[in-house]
Amino acid sequence: MSDVPAASVVEVSTTRESSTVAPLDLESRRWLDDLKSVGTTRDEAVARLHELLLRAARFEVARRRPTLPHLRGGDLDDVAFEAADDALVGVLARLDDFRGLSRFTTWAYKFAIFEAGVKLRRRAWQRRELPLEPESWSLFASTGQSPAGGAEQQELLLALQRAIAVVLTPHQRQVLVALALNGIPIDVLAERLGSNRNALYKTLHDARQKLRGHLAENGLTLDMMEEEL
Amino acid sequence: MTERPDLKQALVRLLGPAGPEVDCDRCFAELDRYVELELAGADADAAVPGLRAHLDGCPACREEHESLKALVGGEQAL
Repeated sequence: MSDVPAASVVEVSTTRESSTVAPLDLESRRWLDDLKSVGTTRDEAVARLHELLLRAARFEVARRRPTLPHLRGGDLDDVAFEAADDALVGVLARLDDFRGLSRFTTWAYKFAIFEAGVKLRRRAWQRRELPLEPESWSLFASTGQSPAGGAEQQELLLALQRAIAVVLTPHQRQVLVALALNGIPIDVLAERLGSNRNALYKTLHDARQKLRGHLAENGLTLDMMEEEL
Repeated sequence: MTERPDLKQALVRLLGPAGPEVDCDRCFAELDRYVELELAGADADAAVPGLRAHLDGCPACREEHESLKALVGGEQAL
């Protein structure tokens, strides 16, 4: 099973998770009652839930299919089934987290979409070498370069490259380069590094904040840089 | 100066959203509520501050938001 995000302390945000509990609509109430019951009622509810999750997983697989030409239909349906199975485990384990702030089905769908998305990203990068060095700098610096804007743009890019080299820790630099420059999906990098999406995103966030701060100290902001482009 | 949309996108990817944002765990916890508020035409961003900024900065969470919204929105349209 993938690392389904757990509701945890937010370090990135200044916001707080809503702890509100809303009155349940009838359909959501029925889902909860049936899934928390015993015997045949529960078994049938679990089977219905698996059908619902499989539908969501197949929906996600179908959306991503154009980006996965090397995977055959049977492989993709395997991914959908695996995602539905893992999502079922996640939903049943987290039933008490459901606060009724959406319909139960919407809440459950997100588990299946998450599981399918993670599996598809990992399949797409299976057996591929992960580019962890800033190999995209040359492309980044040269695409569409206009003679008129070349010098200023080059200066901006050099400032950014210097900032990445100077202000980030090696881990922050590795994560930023892999995710933001080389386009490695966060779930793929997390698997290779033995980490998880949330931890890597926090590292990426901290790296971005450091870069912004460093550039601002040198009189550059993203808005100003965009104006130069 | 010549417009450089590719470079702008690269800068946004590198520097991320400017304002406060939730993290991936919080995004997952709030995503169902956020999507239903959006589909109802309510002010989802006011209800869940920082989630939109996170979607701007996190491609994986953004894909899942788009999918959930498409799935639930499609069902509501039936």
